[in-house]
Amino acid sequence: MTRVLDQQSRYWLLVMPALLLMTVFYVYPLIQVLWISVTEPEPGLGNYAELFTSGFLHKIWWTTTRICTLTTILTVVLGYIVAFAMAHVRERQMTAMMFCILLTFWLSVLIRAFAWVMLLRTNGMINDLLMAIGLTDEPLRLSRNEFGVVVGMVHFMLPLAILPIYANLRGISPSYVSAARGLGASARQAFLGVYLPLSKPGIISATMLVFVFSLGFFITPAILGGGKVVMISEYIRVAFEETLLWGKATMLATSLLFAVLLVLAVVGRFVDLRKVFGAT
Amino acid sequence: MTGSEQPVRSGLSHALSLHSVTKLYGSLAAVDDVSLSIPRGSFLTLLGPSGSGKTTILMAIAGFVQPTRGEIRLDDRVITNVPPDKRNFGMVFQGYALFPHMTVEDNIWFPLKVRGISKARASTAIGEALELVQMGALARRLPSQLSGGQQQRVALARALVFEPDLMLLDEPLSALDKKLRADLQWELKALHRKLGTTFIYVTHDQEEALSMSDEIVILRDGRIEQQGEPGALYEKPATRFVADFLGKSNFLAGKVAGRDAETFTYSVEGTELRQCSTAPVALGENVLVALRPEKIVVARSRPDLPNATVGRIAEFNYYGANYHFKVATPHLGDLIATTPAWNCDVEPALDSEVWLGWSPEAAVVVEDR
Repeated sequence: MTRVLDQQSRYWLLVMPALLLMTVFYVYPLIQVLWISVTEPEPGLGNYAELFTSGFLHKIWWTTTRICTLTTILTVVLGYIVAFAMAHVRERQMTAMMFCILLTFWLSVLIRAFAWVMLLRTNGMINDLLMAIGLTDEPLRLSRNEFGVVVGMVHFMLPLAILPIYANLRGISPSYVSAARGLGASARQAFLGVYLPLSKPGIISATMLVFVFSLGFFITPAILGGGKVVMISEYIRVAFEETLLWGKATMLATSLLFAVLLVLAVVGRFVDLRKVFGAT
Repeated sequence: MTGSEQPVRSGLSHALSLHSVTKLYGSLAAVDDVSLSIPRGSFLTLLGPSGSGKTTILMAIAGFVQPTRGEIRLDDRVITNVPPDKRNFGMVFQGYALFPHMTVEDNIWFPLKVRGISKARASTAIGEALELVQMGALARRLPSQLSGGQQQRVALARALVFEPDLMLLDEPLSALDKKLRADLQWELKALHRKLGTTFIYVTHDQEEALSMSDEIVILRDGRIEQQGEPGALYEKPATRFVADFLGKSNFLAGKVAGRDAETFTYSVEGTELRQCSTAPVALGENVLVALRPEKIVVARSRPDLPNATVGRIAEFNYYGANYHFKVATPHLGDLIATTPAWNCDVEPALDSEVWLGWSPEAAVVVEDR
């Protein structure tokens, strides 16, 4: 018995440093955020009441949800197409594609956001091109609005969708599609009836990953939105740094956290999250 | 068609023919000028070692591989360019390829579903197919909850539920253990008789080929080496390859020393042996004779047969039903002989002296290739 305990305590000893780090740098600040949200400027749930009363906050939440949903749908659809191609090309092409994807992943978010500003601004490359080929007479408004934010976010999130979907598609044996075709299914029927359902786990992980990331996304919306499109995290920054409403800022941060947990809980009712995150 | 049972769907069976089918991968011919005609309702086996082209031929018939040259016909219709889903062939894949996200029932419904038949309308057909393979009780299971043998049965049911024009089977038993494989051989054969559908079966297992087929096609390096009924192929292999691949054989290489009306004599290292042959042989010609191990008589004293040699037991194996002896002979090298264990004339002991004998009809002259 003592030996068993000894062995257990040895395990705990090994886990201890990590636990300690987590507590000091993660759990403690989190609790403090929660604490401030119910004590500033005065104790109580006053800050949270604003979630229901403030029309301005409603508008921000609505903007955030709308942009995140749109981004998630576009990212997962585009990501699926790229991942599908990667799973079906030869090894050489696959390596090249993977390199390109990881390359954008390694580039700083800031650089990528500014690159999009360059491309999308009123006298940027895209507008010049559109006018040169005569598709439009005057420059289109492509940035400093939701369009620009979504473009930038989709671009940033794509690898997050491609990688889990690709990992999933790689695991689908080609014999399933052959079997479906051999049994009389057209290419379309084989895809919709067999391949797509088998890629569901990849699609779900990608959707969750992208949506949860998008909710808290900050730099790209701030730059490409140009102050015109305010999402929740941008507003939290303003409340923290400029208007110094810490109570409000921490309340929003906490709400954001619960929003993410809510998404996970809802999805968890339908799929095995442990599988999605590769815990099993 | 043996047996008293009348096939239920014999009217639906079709004949298939291949005309000079060639498949090149780069400059390598996986299938090299193969012509083949498979009669209505027969059970034909493509047998060969790996790389012999048997699977490529099956895939070309199924429509997954496009022949570089040649033509495939179902009855009189050319189907070479018809896509797999328009061919209406039932296929059982190696590893079964059951759809893991569907129940047994839904797997079997799938071919009907893609033909626009609702589950309600398909239920009778699904039930019949399940009964046919004795899987009725497990209709709601997922494939992952089934044993290998059960998955195999579901794959069969799925391939035959839509009354296909042909059944194509790609090494369907190779993943199963030996006993189950033997059981399923009986079942497959009974199923074939019952359905009357033309079966094309691919295997590298000679026992499967011999036990089930009406006709066997032996393939080697993308070409047909020999084809015929199992008995004819086993008794009269044309080449060394066939004699050795379909069953086992001892090979005796010698020179023709004399001949009369039905037999000739040949000498191997000074030993005269007598052999029946219908084909003409010339004096002094080199011949290769294949001799089945079970056709050799193993005896304590010299047997009263035209061909006999003495030797010593170099090795022996006991298989319950049989003994396999490896006998070292002074002039004919090592010969393998098998004899029923219950009726064994000699003491199975290493180094003991035994006589081997065989009649001139027991062996067969083969080409040396």
